[in-house]
Parts: sequence; C-alpha cells; structure tokens
Amino acid sequence: MPTGVSWGRWPRAQQRIIPITHRFEPLPQAAPMLVFGNGRSYGDVCLNDGGTLLAARGLDRFISFDADSGVLECEAGVLISEIIALTLPRGWFPAVTPGTALVTVGGAIANDVHGKNHHCAGSFGHHLLGFDLRRSSGEVIECAPGRNPDWFAATVGGLGLTGMIGTARLQLRRVPGEWIAGDSQRFGNLQEFFALAAQSDADYEYTAAWLDCAASGERLGRGVFMRGNHAPHTAVPPRVRARRFPLTPPISPLNSVSVRLFNDLIYHRPSAQQRHALWHYRPFLYPLDSVLDWNRLYGPRGFFQYQCVLPPAAAGAALPEMLQLIARSGQGSFLVVLKQFGDLPSRGLLSFPRPGATLALDFPNRGEPTLRLLESLDAITRAAGGAVYPAKDARMSAQSFQQYFPAWRQLQDYIDPQFSSSFWRRVTGSS
Amino acid sequence: MQRILIVGATSAIAEATARRFAARGDALFLAGRSAERLQAIAADLAVRGAQQVGSMLFDARSFDSVAPLLRAASDSLGGLDAALIAHGTLSDQGACQQSVELLREEFEVNALSAMALCTLLANQFEAQGHGVIAVISSVAGDRGRQSNYVYGAAKAAVTAFTSGLRQRLYPKGVRVVTIKPGFVSTPMTAAFKKGALWATPDKVAADIVRAMAGGTAVIYTPWFWRPIMWIIRCVPETIFRRLKL
Repeated sequence: MPTGVSWGRWPRAQQRIIPITHRFEPLPQAAPMLVFGNGRSYGDVCLNDGGTLLAARGLDRFISFDADSGVLECEAGVLISEIIALTLPRGWFPAVTPGTALVTVGGAIANDVHGKNHHCAGSFGHHLLGFDLRRSSGEVIECAPGRNPDWFAATVGGLGLTGMIGTARLQLRRVPGEWIAGDSQRFGNLQEFFALAAQSDADYEYTAAWLDCAASGERLGRGVFMRGNHAPHTAVPPRVRARRFPLTPPISPLNSVSVRLFNDLIYHRPSAQQRHALWHYRPFLYPLDSVLDWNRLYGPRGFFQYQCVLPPAAAGAALPEMLQLIARSGQGSFLVVLKQFGDLPSRGLLSFPRPGATLALDFPNRGEPTLRLLESLDAITRAAGGAVYPAKDARMSAQSFQQYFPAWRQLQDYIDPQFSSSFWRRVTGSS
Repeated sequence: MQRILIVGATSAIAEATARRFAARGDALFLAGRSAERLQAIAADLAVRGAQQVGSMLFDARSFDSVAPLLRAASDSLGGLDAALIAHGTLSDQGACQQSVELLREEFEVNALSAMALCTLLANQFEAQGHGVIAVISSVAGDRGRQSNYVYGAAKAAVTAFTSGLRQRLYPKGVRVVTIKPGFVSTPMTAAFKKGALWATPDKVAADIVRAMAGGTAVIYTPWFWRPIMWIIRCVPETIFRRLKL
C-alpha cells in the first residue's frame, strides 16, 4: 500500500489516501486531490499536504500488446519494470526510461521523464501515442499528439495537475536482447567530458557520466563516461535478487569522508576503463533498483536531489562554478550524474528536458546549510538561463520556478479545479 | 496448461493469483459481479499469457446460477482441471448484530454459495477422476471472536465443509485445498490501519498457486498465521471470553 512519502523522504505530508483500483470508477470528490503512483519522485510533486492522494498503483492492468508493431496499451499504474518483464522476451523495450524502472506509466507521463538516451530519443512524451485523462467532473478527455493537442501538451510534464491519467498507449522500440554493449572511460576534466559526449552521441544510444564531486583543483570535473547500445548477445542473464535496505540509520553514514572515499573508489576501480564492456540492461540502466529502499541510507531526515539543465552556451562556465561551490561547502554528493541532452523539443508545456547539459546531485538533508547550498546552486542555474527538474525538487523558490518554467501560467487553464499538490502550492503561491 | 475456473475473479487475491496462472499459460474462466471489471481483467490476463480467457457474470447470492456457471466454464474451456473459489464480503459485524436479514445474507455469500459451488464441482471432478478445488476460507474461521464472529462463523463453516469434502474426494484423485489468509492489503480492507502482519495479495497468490500445485491440504498465508492461530485456539474459554479480540 502507498505510504504517501516521496523518494527523498522529505518533506513529510499529512494526507488522506484513497486507493483507486478500477479504471471505471468515477473519481472521488475529495478536493484538493492528487494522483500518487509509486512514490519515486523525490520531493513534493507527488505529495498533497492537508489534502487527498488517489493511490493509483492498483491501476496496473495491461489492455493490449501487439508484438508486431510494439504498441502497448495499459493502465497508468503499471510500472516500467512490469512492461519490460512482459515485452522484453518478445523483443521490445520502452523507448525511454528513467534511471529507475520502478516508476508508473502515469508518473512517467506527468513528469515527462528522460533517460540516458535523451540525445537520440527525446523524453517519455515523444513515444506516447495517446492517453485518456479523467477529470473530477466525470469528463474523459482522449489525448494524443494530434487529438486535443493542447490537453496533451498540458498533461505531458503537467505534474499530475490536469486530472488522472487512466490508460496510455506507448510505442515501444525493438531490441535484440537483454544486453548492452559499449565502453567506459575516465575523463580528467569537463572539457574532456564535452568532447566525449560530442563524439559519442551519434553512435551510442545511451550515454551518461558519473562525476567525482569530491575532487577539486586540477581534478575538478573528473569522472567516468559510459556509453552503450542494445546488442544481440545470448548469455544467461545474471540472477539478481533485489535486496532491501532494512532500516533507517539514526545518523546517515554518508558524510564528507565516506563520500570522498566512495568517489575515489569509483574513479580508480579497474572497470572505469573498459574498451569492450557488456552489461545486462538492469545494472546499466537501473543500477540502484537492486537495492530496494536505498533512500533510507540518508537517515531519518531524508535527502535532496538537485537536477538542473544548463544551456549549451552557459554550461561550460556554470558547471565548474557549481562543482567548486559544492567542493567548498564540504557537503559532497554521493552520486553525481552528468549528461548532455539532445535538441529534440519536449512535447509538454512544463517538460524539463531542453538542450544543454544536465547535472544531477544528491545531498543528505542537513537542514539550513543544505538549503543554503541548493539556493546558491539555483542562483547559478538562474543566471545561466537553465532550469531545475520539478520531479526531484522539494525546495526551489517560487521565483526560481517561475523563471525556469514561464509556461506555468498557461498550465493553470488546464488544471483540474479539484486537483493540487504540495509542490504546486509552494511554487505558485496558490492556496 | 490447466483449465481453471475462478469465482470472485475481481477480488484482489483472485486477480493476483490469476496473473500467476496466466504467466504460465493456463486457460481461465472468470466469474464475478461487474462486467466491465471482468473484461478489463480478462484482457490483462490475455496480454500476460493466458492461453484463453472467458468470463461470465455471476452473483454468489443466486444459487440457481451455480450449475449454469459450471456448464459455461466447462464448455468454454473444454473441461475443468481446477477451480479457485475466492469471492466474499467482509461482514460489518456491528450491522450483522442488529439485522437477521444481513446475517443471513453474509452467510449466503461467504458460506453457502462456496459450499454450493463445491458440491457441484466435487461431483464433476469426482466423475472425471481428477481436479483441484481451492477455497479461500480465513484465519477468522479458526475461532469466533467478538470483533467479527459472523464472518468468522461463515468461514468456519467453509473450513469444516472443505475438510469433509477433502476426505470424501481423496480416494477419487480429487484434491481440496483450504486457504486461510490472514490480513491482506486489499480494497476490502482499505479502511484498516496496516501493521507488520499485513501481506500483499501477490504474496498470498504465490502461496495459493504453490498449494494448488502441491499436496498441501490446508494452508495459512503467510505461514506465520499457523502458529498464531494455534495459540489462539489453545486459549481456554474461561480466559478467552474475557479478551477483547
């Protein structure tokens, strides 16, 4: 059953939870309400403090799957991992998936999620053939790129505010099997990263880099670049039993010393430099899914994710500025991911992906100092003309949000009058 | 490939179990009260790999429709190898204490209808010389408690009935499985506060599939309910009557 807690485990919200298990039921009248899927967004876009959450993970039925065309129709509470389990044996894979397969289709639409293949595949909305949107009035709006396109654009990346997505049709992509072939290599600084990204994006579907954010001085911006393509290979897939992180430690073991050690280890381990790497898709695309509840590692106060995108012209200067700021703050980020987005325009009014470099960081919640650091990062993002990803945010100011997403006023015309979220009230100042 | 009738197919436990049947390619026939839910679940099971999925509207309070249901299921699947009887309501104990009519209705749905289904299924399976009848009873049937003794008494009847039926059919090659779930997070129990004892429908479904394939006669699911209920059954009445369970 849903907990009503987001993945960052902060902030905590009080809300009434109403399970939705059949798509034919009219929506309850319980304003202000919001649909909650699998709780994988980090901050408060999936929370509704003082209101109602419609827990829709139970809408997890498939409707049809055509193994010739790769078109899948399902209810919106189906997880990406469940789609993969069904379709991969028949040679199909979701065209875009985020860094965890444990998100619902509805959540993937509402946050217009992206993955390591954004530079060639765009975001989730680009492969969405259509969906139905259920409004609290009882109206059902059929949406597709060519049908009610304004509702389509408002709902893709619309943070769940336009109503409940009941069912969706997705175009999957063909894959030759479960494996991904490619390579990984160390880079010494950000210039080398940009060069690697530029030369890889044409030939590799998946590219992403891990950055050592504890490094400073000459080592600033060093990391490991990974790239790969789906490849025909017929080894027996590894049997991975997901382990659950069993408890929330009273004090998080992630501190500046352990973060430095961990990052050093990742950079120097032999597999950081591999000319011919072969990964099973799970560790390559969803490295953290093998540890369930890993977010508890950050202790009882939870953690913040910070993911921004910086336009190409500004990224070269803004990224080192950010990394220096983080290194100076002593609040190292455990895992840092850097990726170059492609140029395909997103389909949603409030979609996050846009051309530029995107940097994702996470910080244990140490209260005021952490919030101050994140606000200084926002100052750099604002000056660079970038944006911060709402799905990962729990703290950006209304001013920042409204600068990052000027289309927010247009979205207001499409918001269901009975829907709202903690995030939306926070960043628009509405009650 | 098994040909399986599922009664109460729109319940959370039945649906989770049906998905496991579908994944191994079984042929299924679903019975339940809501046509649109049955259709949605049938489509889902077909996508998940069921060789064939039929369905029929069925109301457990209508005893005349038991025989037609079995005929329709057998005709549709070309015979039956197993049946899962999973329908039920969670009786409102307080309301049942005030209304004989409600008491009777709860008994008809939770006890009599399951026995009616078992009666005709038993004869069909006995004649063909094989089959598995799995019936969802409840740990609540192991001892009457003031918080839900109407529901508990109906489930106790199911437990006793299936026990006798199991003896009768054992020499004929037909197995009867009595399933006793504990607390399960389903829409039926959405209003309850959940603790460590609560299980997911999928966990219960895994136990059901295993029991139907193996030789177990009575399963508690999850397993820890067996020792818990053993203790509860052992408490002497002189003490039990003072407890607030």
